[in-house]
Amino acid sequence: MIRSEVIKQLIPVISDHLIICNIGLPSQELHLLDDQPSNFYMLGTMGLSSSIGLGLALAQKGKVISIDGDGSVLTNFGTLPTIANNVANNFILLIIDNGSYGSTGDQPTYAGKKTSLSAVAAACGCENVVECQAEDAAVTMQAALDSNEMTIIVCKCMSGNIKVPVITMDPVVIRERFMKEVEARNT
Amino acid sequence: MSISSKIVEDFVNNNIEFVTTVPCKQLAGVIDNIETSKDIFHIPSNKEDEGIGLCAGAYMGGKRSAIIMQNTAIGVTINTLVTLTQYYRMPLPMLISYRGELGEPVACQVEMAVHTKALLAQLNIPTYHFHDEKDVGELNAILAYTFMCNKPVAILTDATFWKGY
Repeated sequence: MIRSEVIKQLIPVISDHLIICNIGLPSQELHLLDDQPSNFYMLGTMGLSSSIGLGLALAQKGKVISIDGDGSVLTNFGTLPTIANNVANNFILLIIDNGSYGSTGDQPTYAGKKTSLSAVAAACGCENVVECQAEDAAVTMQAALDSNEMTIIVCKCMSGNIKVPVITMDPVVIRERFMKEVEARNT
Repeated sequence: MSISSKIVEDFVNNNIEFVTTVPCKQLAGVIDNIETSKDIFHIPSNKEDEGIGLCAGAYMGGKRSAIIMQNTAIGVTINTLVTLTQYYRMPLPMLISYRGELGEPVACQVEMAVHTKALLAQLNIPTYHFHDEKDVGELNAILAYTFMCNKPVAILTDATFWKGY
């Protein structure tokens, strides 16, 4: 299974929740498969999906899922201690770990070599860290949602991409419709 | 009232409820006041671009946010300021310790100080410079301005303002 298949498999489970989606192909795939106001697409700023998601989770009540990648977490490693030490039980960080920088041509990441992101997350103090295989992504996500506890999921999958169109929606439109959705869920 | 208390009071009066900080000796008093404020959630970040991400999330969650950092962080955060804060049009007050100005004992700090205002100008970030103690009187208006225009706004505070480093 490759990342786009993982996202497709997850949609029935995550579709009702607020999603902060990583730059590049993950956002483009989610946009293609399940565009809706509760999705915030990152059009730039590699690495900050988990930070935006944590800030959002701490600021309001709705459940927040940050869809991140192994390469993006590697570029913002400081996020893991911040997450560990500021527990938001409405926050799930899903790291789709395909061992490569998918959006830039599948160059290998260190997470696909010796570095274990689940071990790093645990060492940073994250209390609920689950590593799963791609086929178990939906079951693992459902269990994390049901637990009502902040969870870090590292989902291992194959490297590879499908062709998807870029997102042409204006960033202010993405942000505005997302904020209206957040507000509606919190009133 | 101390300058640090006045700054945090202005934050609270402008409904800022979520503040991230990266430490600075000059801003230590403000950071202490943020930490003890019952009206503000304080979340220290490990790097300033991470902090701006946290602020973006909190803002979209309905809480006004702000970042406290050193001017060295301008170098770290340019991409984030441009592709997140500015691109999505989010307000972000940035209270910045302006290291490398008069009274600075550490020569290396000057290297970033000479670029600070030029970089902020290049980024079209409204910039205010607190040099005299009375300059803090403008903070309330600067914060209101930030949330009026939905932009990142820089408030540089130098060693003379803080009466020594």
